[in-house]
Amino acid sequence: MNGDLLDTDWLRRLLWLPEQASTFAVSVDRLHYFVIITTMVMSGLTGALAFYFFFRYRRLSENQTTPAVHPTVGFEVAAVSVPLVVFLAWFVIGFGDYAKLANPPPDAMDVYVMGKQWMWKFAYPDGPNSVGVLHVPANRPVRLLLTSRDVIHSFYIPAFRLKQDVLPNRYTETWFQATKPGRYQVLCAEYCGTQHSKMWATVVVLAPEAFDAWLKEQQRGLVARADILADPDMVSIQGNLVEQGKRVAMEQGCLRCHSINSAVNDTERHIGPTWVDLYQRPTKLTTGDTIVADEAYLTESMMEPNNKIVAGYQPLMPSYQGKMSGPDTAAVVEYIKSLRSDSAELQPVKGPVYEQLRQ
Amino acid sequence: MSSSASSAAAGGPAVFPEHHYLNNGTTVRSWLLTLDHKRIALLYLSVVMVSFLLGGIFAMVIRLELLTPGPTIIEALTYNRMFTLHGVVMIFLFMIPAIPAVFGNFFLPIMIGAKDVAFPRWNLVSFYLYFAGAVLALWGMLNGGTDTGWTFYTPYSTTTAQGVLPVLLGVFVIGFSSILTGLNFIVTIHTLRAPGITWFKLPLFIWALYGTAIIQVLATPVIGLVAMLVAAESAFGFGFFDPARGGDPVLFQHLFWFYSHPAVYIMVLPAMGVISETISAYSRKNIFGYSMIAASSLGIAFVGFFAWGHHLFTSGQSAFDAGAFAVISMLVGVFTAIKVFNWVGTLYKGAIAFTAPYAYICGFLFFLVFGGMTGIALATVSLDIHWQDTYFVVAHFHFIMVGAVIMGFLAGLHYWFPKMFGRTYHEGWALVSAALIVLGFNATFIPQFLLGNAGMPRRYYEYPERFQALNVASTAGSSLLAIGFIIIAIYLGFALKYGPVAGPNPWGSRGYEWMTPSPPPTENFDVTPTFAHPPHDYTEDAVGDPDFAHARTT
Amino acid sequence: MEATSARVMTAEGYLAPPPTPHHYEGNPAAHKHAVRFGMWLFLATEILLFAGLFVGYAVFRTDFPEAFDQAARHLSLFLGTTNTLLLLTSSLTVALAHHNAEHGKNRNAFWLLLVSIAMGGGFLCIKAIEYTEKFREGALPGRFFAFSEITAPGGPMFYVVYFFATGLHALHVIVGMSLLTWVAIRCWHKEFSPTHYAPVENAGLYWHLVDLVWIFLYPLLYLV
Ligand code: HEA
Ligand code: HEA
Ligand code: HEC
Ligand code: CUA
Ligand SMILES: [Cu+2]
Repeated sequence: MNGDLLDTDWLRRLLWLPEQASTFAVSVDRLHYFVIITTMVMSGLTGALAFYFFFRYRRLSENQTTPAVHPTVGFEVAAVSVPLVVFLAWFVIGFGDYAKLANPPPDAMDVYVMGKQWMWKFAYPDGPNSVGVLHVPANRPVRLLLTSRDVIHSFYIPAFRLKQDVLPNRYTETWFQATKPGRYQVLCAEYCGTQHSKMWATVVVLAPEAFDAWLKEQQRGLVARADILADPDMVSIQGNLVEQGKRVAMEQGCLRCHSINSAVNDTERHIGPTWVDLYQRPTKLTTGDTIVADEAYLTESMMEPNNKIVAGYQPLMPSYQGKMSGPDTAAVVEYIKSLRSDSAELQPVKGPVYEQLRQ
Repeated sequence: MSSSASSAAAGGPAVFPEHHYLNNGTTVRSWLLTLDHKRIALLYLSVVMVSFLLGGIFAMVIRLELLTPGPTIIEALTYNRMFTLHGVVMIFLFMIPAIPAVFGNFFLPIMIGAKDVAFPRWNLVSFYLYFAGAVLALWGMLNGGTDTGWTFYTPYSTTTAQGVLPVLLGVFVIGFSSILTGLNFIVTIHTLRAPGITWFKLPLFIWALYGTAIIQVLATPVIGLVAMLVAAESAFGFGFFDPARGGDPVLFQHLFWFYSHPAVYIMVLPAMGVISETISAYSRKNIFGYSMIAASSLGIAFVGFFAWGHHLFTSGQSAFDAGAFAVISMLVGVFTAIKVFNWVGTLYKGAIAFTAPYAYICGFLFFLVFGGMTGIALATVSLDIHWQDTYFVVAHFHFIMVGAVIMGFLAGLHYWFPKMFGRTYHEGWALVSAALIVLGFNATFIPQFLLGNAGMPRRYYEYPERFQALNVASTAGSSLLAIGFIIIAIYLGFALKYGPVAGPNPWGSRGYEWMTPSPPPTENFDVTPTFAHPPHDYTEDAVGDPDFAHARTT
Repeated sequence: MEATSARVMTAEGYLAPPPTPHHYEGNPAAHKHAVRFGMWLFLATEILLFAGLFVGYAVFRTDFPEAFDQAARHLSLFLGTTNTLLLLTSSLTVALAHHNAEHGKNRNAFWLLLVSIAMGGGFLCIKAIEYTEKFREGALPGRFFAFSEITAPGGPMFYVVYFFATGLHALHVIVGMSLLTWVAIRCWHKEFSPTHYAPVENAGLYWHLVDLVWIFLYPLLYLV
C-alpha cells in the first residue's frame, strides 16, 4: 500500500474517524482505509455489474430461451483465490498490530483500572489514585491492568482506537502510547446496566515533564487526600491482584523452590531465594554487582532467569517466558511485593499507596 | 410483473383452480390442527409477520429516542428493555423461522415432488412450540422487562433485577421448534425426493435449506443448554458463570456464540437459496456454477461452526485463538464470495426482466457484499478493537440481516406470492416500495457505520453531542424504511383478495414448484410430474421439450 | 407389502405392519429409513447438548484441579461402578428385546424390556442414595456448598457440574424408562413383527444414548 497516499487526513475526516492520538491509532487507520476502500469498490462493482447486465441482457420476449453457460475452472479458481488473498493480506497486517497490542513493552508504566457500575477508577503503583480522570505521559508506553467490581465493562478510548473488556475477578491488560497531549474521552463499550451510556471518564495526556511534575505533586498531596485513599475499592484493586498472584505462584510451581515463610523461621534452605522481603532488597549477583529488586528485575527474573544469577545460587530456575500471561506476571510481582516480614501475618498489604508513604 | 403478462402468455384468462389447499376445509379447526405443510407455512407466516411488525415498532422507538443526545421519549431502563425486545423478537421470533419455516415448509416438499414433509405431525408440534416460546418470551420481556440485550451476557444477566427466566425458557422452547424443523427437512430431503430428482437436480433453495437444517440440528442444542444454565444460575445462584463464585463469564460467551454465530448462517443461508431461485427465474438463465453454489452452502454450514471466537477479540482471548478465529471467519467469506460471483455470472447472457423482486435481488447483492466485507473487516483483529460493540457492528449486522436477508425474504415473498395465493399484486406499487426500502435502508444504516467509526458505542441511551447529526440522519432514513414496509403490507393484503388471478406459472419459471396449479392442491400435484430437466434450465432444448410443458404458462 | 390390508393377528404378533403414511405411500422402505434416520439425528442433538456440559467440565477442571480431585475421591466408587454395570446390562437386555421384537417374539421382548426398566429404576435408586448423602454432607452446588472436607478452592463448582450433569442424565433415564414402558405395553399387545418394530428400535436407541452419556460421565466424575 502506498502509505503516503492513504495517510491523508481528509480520508480520516470523511470516514468520521476521531483524531489519532496514539501510535496504535495511526497503524490501525492505515489498514482501515485499505479495507474500507476495497469493500466499497467490491460492493459497488457487484451492484454496478448487476445493473449493467440488466441493460445489456434485457428480456426481449416472453418465453425467451437462453444458452446454458457454465463457469470455467479458471473462473472458479479466481473466485476462490482473489478474495482469499485479499482477506489474508488484511489478516496478516491486522494480526501483526493485534499481536503488538498483546505484548506490552517491558518498560511500560503500569496503571490499574477498575470499572464498576458506573464509573472508572485509576490507581498508580507508586502514588495517587483517582476517579474518572486518568493522567498519562505522552510518548511513553502505559500498560493498563484492568478489573471490574461487578459486571463486565469495556474500557474504550476512541482516539487511541483502544478497547479492552474489563472482567470481574480477573485481570486483563492492554497498553498504549499516547502521542499528543490533550484530553480524550473514555467510554464504556460493554453493556452494563441502566447507566451504561453514562459510564465515561477522561484521559489527560500530559507532556512527559508535565506528567512527572504532576506525579510529584500528587505524591506530596497524598496525606491531605486521605479520604480518597481510604476508598475501599482502590484497596481491592490490588488486594485481588495479590490473591491472584498467590494462586498463580502455586499453580506455576514457584513455591516448590521459593519460600514464602518469614525468612527468620526458615531453617530449611530452599532451591531459590526466599520471596519474603525480596521487593526492594539489595541483591548481590554472581557478577559481583548489587542491584535493587524492583518490578523490572522481578519480571526479568521470571522471563530470563539466567540473565542475572543471585550470588550463592545455581542457575536452575526455568524460564517462564510464554508460560505466564501478562496479567499473571504482574499479579505475581504484586504478590512478591506484598510479602513482608513486618506485616502481621504476611497478609497481602492493603494497597500500594500506603507502602510508598511508609518509606 | 404486469398483471396482463400471465394471462396473455397463457392465451386466455387464467382461471382460479376450484380445489386447492386453501379451501380444503375452512373451519378454524381445519387450520389450527392441519397437518398440511402449506397450511403450517401460512400459520408461521402470520406469526412471523406479527413479530416483524412488533420488532419494527420497537426499532422505531429506539430510533426516535436517539434523535437527541439526552432523554427524548423514554427512560434509560425502558430504552434498555426496548433494544432487548427488538433484538430477541427480530432474531428468535422473526428471522430464524422466517424463510425456513415459511417458504421452506411451503416449498420444500413441492420442490422435491413430495406430498408432505417426512413427519407432518412433528411439523405441527414444531409450530406450536414456536408459538408457545414466542408468547412466553414476549410475555417475559413485557412483564419482567428483561434488559440484558439479546446476548444475555453474564454476570449481568444473572444479577440484574429484571427477570430473565421466562425469556430464556422461551428461547429454549423456540430452540426445540427449530431443531424439529431442521430434522424434518433433512429427513424429507433424504427420503422423499420424487423419482428423477437426484441430488444434483435439487433446486438450490433445497441445498440452502439442507445446509441450514444441519446447523439448526447441530448448534441449537448448545443454546438450549446455555439457556438452562443461565436460568438455573439466576434462580439458584449456582455460579457457573459468576466469577465471584469461581465461575467463568467468558465461558458463557463461548457457549453463546458457539450457537449464535452459526445461527447467523441459519438466517442468511435460506435467503441465499431464495436468491438462487429468483435470480435464475428473472434472468431466465441456468444457474452459473450450480455445483459451486450448492457446495458452498455446505461449506458455509461447516466452517461457520468454528468462527464463533471473532465475537471475543476484546475479551482477553489469547492472540493465538484470535488469529485462528479470524482466519476461519475469512474462509466463510471466501465461500460467500463464490456464491456472489456465480450469481453475477448467472445474469451474463440472460434475459432479464426488471421486476420488484429483481430490484430486491440487486439490493441483496450490494448489501450482502458490503455487509459481508465489513464482517471480514471486523474479523481483521486489530480493526475490531476499535469497532467492537460500536455502531459499526450494528450497521454490519443490519446490512446483512435487514439489507440482505430481508431483501431475500421480500424477493421470495413476491416471487412465490402468486403460487401461494393464486393471485398477483400490483407491480407499480411494488417497485415504489422497493425503491423506498433500498433508499431508506441506506439512509438508516450507512450513517451507523460512520457513527461506529466515530466511536459511538452501541446500547447507548444517551450519547455525546458530536454524534447527533448522524443519528438524525439514521432516524430519518428509518422512517422511509417503515413507510416502504407499510406499503407492502397494504398492496399484498389487497392482492390476497382482489389481485388478478395468476395462473400456474406467471413468471415462466422452470422451478419444479411451478409445475402445479396456483394455489396448489392439498396433495401438491394433480398429475404426478416427471422431472426430465434440472430446475434452472432455460435452454431451447428444455423449454421446447413437449413432454415438459410446465415452463409454458399454461 | 400391501399397506391397506387389515392387520391379522397370530400368536407371534401382527403379520401386517400399520399402513404407511399417505405421503410415503408405495414406499414403505423409505418411511422406515426416515424414521430411523430421524432418530439418529435426534440423538446427535442430544450428544451436543451434553457436549456443552463436558466443555464446562473441562474448563473448571483446569481451573480447579485440586478441588476436582478431592471431590472425585468423595464420590462412592462402589455405587458409581454398580450403576455403570446396571446401565450396561440394561443396554444389553434392550438390544435383546429389539432382536426378539424384530422376530415377532413379543412376549420375550416384553420381559426383557421389563428387566431393563427395572434396572433403570435401580440406577435411579442408587442415584437417589448418592444425592441424599450429598445433601446430608452439604456437598452442594454454588452458594449451598457447606462441605468441610474439600479445602481447595472450587469445591462448589465441582458440585454444580456434578449435579447438573447427573441431574440432566437422570432426567434422560426417566424419559428413557417411559419410552421403554410404552413399547413394553405394545409388546404385551403383540404389536410388533418382522415388518414393524421401529418403535422398539427407536426406544432402544434412546436407551443406548442414555447409557453412552453415562459411560462418559462415569470416568469423568468418579475416576479421573
Ligand atoms: C445474518 C447475519 C450475519 C451474517 C451472515 C454475518 C456474517 C459475517 N459476520 Fe457478522 N454479525 C452478525 C450477523 C451476521 N454476520 C450479528 C448479529 C453480529 C453482532 C452480534 C452482537 O454482538 O449483538 C455480528 C458481529 C460480527 C462480528 C463481531 C463484531 C464485534 O462485536 O466486535 C464479527 C467479527 O469478526 C463478524 C464477522 C462476520 C463475518 C466474517 C461474516 C461473513 O460470513 C461474511 C461473508 C461475506 C462476504 C465476505 C461477502 C462476499 C464477498 C465478496 C463478494 C468478496 C469479494 C472480495 C474481494 C475480491 C476482495 N460479525
Ligand atoms: C432480523 C433482525 C433485525 C432487523 C430486521 C432489524 C431492523 C431494524 N433495526 Fe435492529 N437490531 C437487531 C436486529 C434487527 N434489527 C439486533 C439483533 C440488535 C441488537 C440488540 C441488542 O443490542 O441486544 C439490533 C439493534 C438495533 C439498534 C441499536 C440499538 C442500540 O444498540 O442501542 C438500532 C438503532 O438504530 C436498530 C435499528 C433498526 C431499524 C431502524 C430497523 C428497521 O429495519 C426496522 C424497519 C421495520 C419496520 C418499521 C416494521 C414495519 C413492518 C410492517 C409495517 C409490517 C410489514 C408487514 C408485511 C410486509 C406483510 N436495531
Ligand atoms: C526449579 C526451581 C525454581 C522454580 C520452579 C522457580 N524458581 Fe525462581 N529462582 C530459582 C533459583 C535457583 C533462583 C536463584 C538464581 C537466579 O537468580 O536465577 C531463583 C531466583 C528468582 C528470583 C530472583 C530472586 C532474588 O533474590 O533476586 C525471582 C524474583 C524468582 N526466582 C521468581 C520465580 C517465580 C515467580 C517462579 C514461578 C513462576 C519461580 N521463580 C520458579 C529457582 C526456581
Ligand atoms: Cu460499564 Cu457499560
Ligand atoms: Cu459471528
